Amino acid sequence: MEFSIYDLTSFTQWIDSSLRASMSPGWAVAIEMIIIGLAILIFFALVGLFLVIAERKVCALMQNRLGPNRVGPGGMFQTVADLVKLLFVELVPIKNADKILFNLAPFIVIIASIMAIGALPFAKGLQAIDLNIGVFYLMAVSSMGVIGVLLAGWSSNNKYSLIGAMRSGAQIVSYELSVGLALVTMVVLAGTMQLSQMIEAQRWGWFIFTGHIPAVIAFVIYIVAGTAETNRGPFDLAEAESELTAGYHTEYSGIKFALFFLAEYINMFIIAAIATTVFLGGWMPLHVYGWDGFNKVMDIIPPFFWFLGKAFSVVFIMMWLKWTFPRLRIDQLLTLEWKFLLPINIFNLLLMAFLVLIGWHW
Amino acid sequence: MDNIQLAASAAVLAPGSEIVQGKQFVEITVTPELLVSTATALKQNSETRFDMLVCVSGVDYGKELGTVYHLRSTEFNHMVVLKTKVSDRDKPEIDSLCSLWPAADFHEREVYDLLGIKFRGHPDLRRLFLDSTWGYPLRKDYKDDINILAK
Amino acid sequence: MEEAVKNIPLEEEEYIINMGPQHPSTHGVLRLVVSLRGEMVLNVEPHIGYVHRGIEKMCESLTYPQIIHLTDRMDYLSAHINNEAVCLAVEKALGIEVSDRVKYIRTILSELTRIQSHQLFWATFGMDLGGLTCFFYGLRDRELVMDIFEETCGGRMIVSYNCPGGLMNDIHPNFQKRTKDFIKYFRKTLPEYDRLLTGNVIFQERVKGLGTINREDAIAWGLTGPVGRASGFSCDIRKHNPYSAYNKVTFKEILYNEGDSFHRYKVRMDEMWESMNIIEQLIDNIPEGPYAEKMKPVIKLPEGEYWQSVETARGELGVFIVSDGNKNPYRFKFRSPNFVNLAPLNILAKGFKIADLVAINGSLDLVIPDLDR
Repeated sequence: MEFSIYDLTSFTQWIDSSLRASMSPGWAVAIEMIIIGLAILIFFALVGLFLVIAERKVCALMQNRLGPNRVGPGGMFQTVADLVKLLFVELVPIKNADKILFNLAPFIVIIASIMAIGALPFAKGLQAIDLNIGVFYLMAVSSMGVIGVLLAGWSSNNKYSLIGAMRSGAQIVSYELSVGLALVTMVVLAGTMQLSQMIEAQRWGWFIFTGHIPAVIAFVIYIVAGTAETNRGPFDLAEAESELTAGYHTEYSGIKFALFFLAEYINMFIIAAIATTVFLGGWMPLHVYGWDGFNKVMDIIPPFFWFLGKAFSVVFIMMWLKWTFPRLRIDQLLTLEWKFLLPINIFNLLLMAFLVLIGWHW
Repeated sequence: MDNIQLAASAAVLAPGSEIVQGKQFVEITVTPELLVSTATALKQNSETRFDMLVCVSGVDYGKELGTVYHLRSTEFNHMVVLKTKVSDRDKPEIDSLCSLWPAADFHEREVYDLLGIKFRGHPDLRRLFLDSTWGYPLRKDYKDDINILAK
Repeated sequence: MEEAVKNIPLEEEEYIINMGPQHPSTHGVLRLVVSLRGEMVLNVEPHIGYVHRGIEKMCESLTYPQIIHLTDRMDYLSAHINNEAVCLAVEKALGIEVSDRVKYIRTILSELTRIQSHQLFWATFGMDLGGLTCFFYGLRDRELVMDIFEETCGGRMIVSYNCPGGLMNDIHPNFQKRTKDFIKYFRKTLPEYDRLLTGNVIFQERVKGLGTINREDAIAWGLTGPVGRASGFSCDIRKHNPYSAYNKVTFKEILYNEGDSFHRYKVRMDEMWESMNIIEQLIDNIPEGPYAEKMKPVIKLPEGEYWQSVETARGELGVFIVSDGNKNPYRFKFRSPNFVNLAPLNILAKGFKIADLVAINGSLDLVIPDLDR
């Protein structure tokens, strides 16, 4: 059995066949699900840890200073230290808060994020579930997060949290429209919603290049709308410290706050990962048609690292946006979506459909 | 207008007031009844045109309490000082100039807070810095054995 | 507790929010009681007095050189200019003429103070609006000015370098070179500030058209400093009643007509350029001379009333001294610019949103200890 890091299908199939050989199919599927669940949770935790420290270092880079550099070599273990501290923080119980919803809210947000990770193709063959409605599923599942936000604001029994949650909810729901339409534009180009097939179709050129102008417009809109959907960057009015309220997670402390905090970073990663898959070719190396030598060099890097590299580049762009710009007011935010992004999106979709029909794409 | 011309104009605009040439500016001292009319005349007269109230200071003169108004004209860049005194230390009352210059609002509240002079006609006369348990600290007979060391 | 807040009859859907004394964006200990309908501000009421230290009462038992040390702590971002105000008042009352050297040095240090105060304004204004990077850039450059102050005057922010009759000590030999190096560096860096914040579309949308006040209202409310000049009210004391070496330099008084928050910001940015021009005109030509006049050991002002205005970074600081001939003043009054600039906040912010209130408050650039004295 040859394992190669370039094609992990053989590895996953080996696990599958050895499990099925040694126990009944029902048990095999169950054990597989447990393995996949554990792998995703570990990935979730590691990426979260990494992104928090990366954000602080990137922020420091922009602000002409060093970030955390004491805990561990180069400050690597700062997040671990923060997590340990958060575990020890007293969980302040809220009087008159709706206890069930209050405790449920962070978990809903986490569940939405984990479900989305499950559908992403990390490398050839390394995908938890390859649905034939991949893009549709991703959009549906990431919409679930807004329920967690609204529940958190409502159940805190605090009028400032409620204001923050309402603002946040309105923002997320509005920008989902733009995200969805931008992704639909690329579905039109690809002709399929299945993620692995979309990536295969980008073998000779990433969609952002082959889709010409509509793809570039869609990418820009997607990045802007994706940043707004995760309450990040210039769109973080709902949780701004220099405004009145600390947003929907005012009343949360300790591990529950850590879950919200982590979920925000993971959401950012998911937005970046979806952008990578749909626009930037997923785990496909950068190939230029006709440059065989170049293509061979590009092929040396395993696909898993291509995927992570592209995703983290998009994350870096999102962090860059946050630390450069002042924030938008809530009405300016909603005006941006409904009066500007939505018409441009619709026009872009028509343009892409037109291009596909006359066959101008690659 | 220089000080001599100002003193002459003031004598015309504010009959019944005492006009003195101080160290820097012309000082017009009026009785509290004539304050608003004098101030209005100074503000509206086209040769003096004192459209900016720079400062309102409350002073405790020992037997009397008084306020000192520094007025400036942005057009002619001259300044004049308007003063008034009240001799009733228990219930001092002076008319408010808020209707002429909105800047007087906070200044008069501060004078009320620190000296106890009430201003008639002020839209919202409340204490500004201190709460109601303090007396009037800027008065010369204010006693606070804990915080102030008497010489 | 203070007297009851006047009963504001609450309309339907109106609620009251407290931007308490501790708040990241009120620039000091200022309490704003805001009544809102939805997001719209209906009424803003400032409650002050949290930093009231009774400076004016204290002055009645201190001698004039001692009072200078109190003025540092009022508007601590214009500390040197506050000191200069008291010194000028005392010198004018005694009829003392200080040497040209003192005048030049005082002016240069005043302009450096102005630059450093506006740098802090830029840093905190950007931070209030969410551009956190501005805070680090502004304070990084401000450190250079602080170092110049520390070397010459002995203190970074609380300076107390002036004394009646001149300066406490002569300038450090490095002073001129360091200042010239700073000017050269800052001339290259200040356009960076414009690229980061001023030209940014998000910033302009957040700040344009907010809190407008026209020229007549600015005069009636007594607004001076950049707040007044942004509304077209030409109130620069350095031009109208020059003191120290201001009549020996040429500089522009920055005036705009729109009177909104964006132009209050622009006035301060442009004033930094003018300050650098003033310093450049003076820094190489400091005349030789004594750094302080001979004064009597105990300073007693003749009986009478004296007034002196100076232009601090925030507006006109007025010093009013009533003297009865003793070594302590009979009454010492500070006309502080922040006190007057806060008063129209209700009018400026009515009808805007709560996020705009933060922007308007930031554009007024208040320093609360100056307000409370």
